[in-house]
Amino acid sequence: MTMGDFSGNGPIYGLMAEFDSAKDLVAAAHKTHEAGYQKIDAYSPFPIEGLAEAIGFHENSVPLVVLIGGLIGGISAYALQYWVAVITYPVNVGGRPLHSWPSFIIVTFELTILFAGLSAAIGMIALNGLPMPYHPVFNVPEFAKASENKFFLVVFSSDPKYDAARTRSFLSGLAPRMIAEVPS
Amino acid sequence: MATNTQIPVADRRVPVIAPGHTFSTITEKISNIVLSRPVSLGWIVGFLIVFSMMNMLMMALGYLFIKGTGIWGINIPIGWGFAIVNFVWWIGIGHAGTLISAILCLLRQSWRNSINRFAEAMTLFAVACAGIFPLAHTGRPWLAYWLFPYPNTMNYWPNFRSPLVWDVFAVSTYFIISLVFWFVGLIPDLATLRDRAENPWVRRIYGLLAMGWRGSARHWHRYDTAYLLLAGLATPLVLSVHTVVSFDFAVGIVPGWHTTIFPPYFVAGAIYSGFAMVLCLAIPIRKIYGLQDFITMRHLENAAKVMLATGLIVAYGYGMEAFMGWYSGNKFDSFLLWNRLHGPYRLTYMALLACNIFIPQVLWLKKFRVSTGWLWLISFVVLVGMWLERFIIVVVSLSRDFLTSSFGMYYPTKWDWMTFAGTIGMFLTAMWLFVRILPMISIFELRTLLPESQVHEAAEVKQ
Repeated sequence: MTMGDFSGNGPIYGLMAEFDSAKDLVAAAHKTHEAGYQKIDAYSPFPIEGLAEAIGFHENSVPLVVLIGGLIGGISAYALQYWVAVITYPVNVGGRPLHSWPSFIIVTFELTILFAGLSAAIGMIALNGLPMPYHPVFNVPEFAKASENKFFLVVFSSDPKYDAARTRSFLSGLAPRMIAEVPS
Repeated sequence: MATNTQIPVADRRVPVIAPGHTFSTITEKISNIVLSRPVSLGWIVGFLIVFSMMNMLMMALGYLFIKGTGIWGINIPIGWGFAIVNFVWWIGIGHAGTLISAILCLLRQSWRNSINRFAEAMTLFAVACAGIFPLAHTGRPWLAYWLFPYPNTMNYWPNFRSPLVWDVFAVSTYFIISLVFWFVGLIPDLATLRDRAENPWVRRIYGLLAMGWRGSARHWHRYDTAYLLLAGLATPLVLSVHTVVSFDFAVGIVPGWHTTIFPPYFVAGAIYSGFAMVLCLAIPIRKIYGLQDFITMRHLENAAKVMLATGLIVAYGYGMEAFMGWYSGNKFDSFLLWNRLHGPYRLTYMALLACNIFIPQVLWLKKFRVSTGWLWLISFVVLVGMWLERFIIVVVSLSRDFLTSSFGMYYPTKWDWMTFAGTIGMFLTAMWLFVRILPMISIFELRTLLPESQVHEAAEVKQ
């Protein structure tokens, strides 16, 4: 999700609730999602299994990007070697076949890995909308702990169900440590 | 990695993290080494030493660029000499880093989480050192880009049937993928440093590198997938790299090179020397920076066991070489065996057997595996042994091949030694800077080892 999906809806970006443990966050995320909130996000200092599902996020195109990257790498590597060895720069070594495919396997393999690996890293970063040094959630001072030991849930103000007062009372029902408005 | 969280921390063995730690204490302890620990006199003195060694490398290379490879001890028949010995040695050392970060990640060995970061850094620095040698050995390093295929006015293309060209692709892919893997692993920790740094400039630099990472569940979801895929890609890659390095030899017809056992035996040897280097670095670092809680005896013992296992594979390789020397009935192969045992380099072969096969067998005894002093010493011996192995393979095989008239001897010059010692200086300089600039243990992966990170109960109740 990029910032563009949510911005421009007024000065408040959303409501943030802070939790003490991973368990509390997953439970709260489940409840919030079940209550019908769609545009929510959860933040944690380490990957938590099931958290993405809890906020209703299932999309993951990283494997597809990696597959495409790997195929491009492998095919282009083999094509390059074929073109060099057979078409543009044929070297006759005692009449041996020019299309000596077994010796082309290694470079094909290496470039498959290279392209797939770069696609994994760049694809992940790009799909995550990074680099994005500024983001409204950083406006909440407590959020600095999101990279240390605290867990956060944010309901974005762009959510159709969002209502400053009702959402706040819903979130306080989840027993968070604190609730803060996220200025955009 | 979320995938690692399924392994219970509670275990009858020594835990991978000492008890009593929380998310905060882990974060504080590791990030404070970078952010607030004052620079000690010992660090400065050590840095000056290793930095001077690195400058020696610059001098040796500078003189080499002026005079050419004639300043080295290489000759005909021994055209490869130290350059290739050191290249293979350094590349091999790098392999442990990828093994720890990728293969142990796929095997869900949670103990890897506290040593993967600096092992990966070690890989990068070792591969950088390795890369210097073949480039310098080309004789005209300013034309090294000729190794890559690119359209040029000479209408020239590399020979893709040559193992040396395969090597170019294998090693450069290995370096790039190791760098990417390392950087991807660093992103969440860079965000932690950004959030904890007090100096605004330090904050900005880490912030720039963290690219705005905010720990969103969506981001972690893709991150986990990408990390796992990178691990899955790096695993065959690391096995392929030393295989391709061994093809440089095995595809040739020189006795002692032309054997099918080379690929697995090279990969095992690489991991053997790599784990020795990990131990040589981890033992002093954990003591100096007080990281015994995270790099526990269990880590050191596991590394020792990996060393023992790969050492036995290497021993099998030596045994098989000797067996084939006798069994093949090929007089050049049997002469090679005789030459190793009785020829002019017999002392290096004896030292090799002692360092790589006999001395490390003491690791069968727990007493040696749990003593950091002994473990360091044995690892150092293995590093020497693995260097000797490459010396035997490159120099002894080339010195006496088929024709008596082409026999020769190889004597390294002071420039050879300066270049070799210089790369050790370069490696250590990079290490010295790394431990003070970046978190040397993956903070977020250590957090996943704590029982508090488990949410399975909560998740099951909800579903």
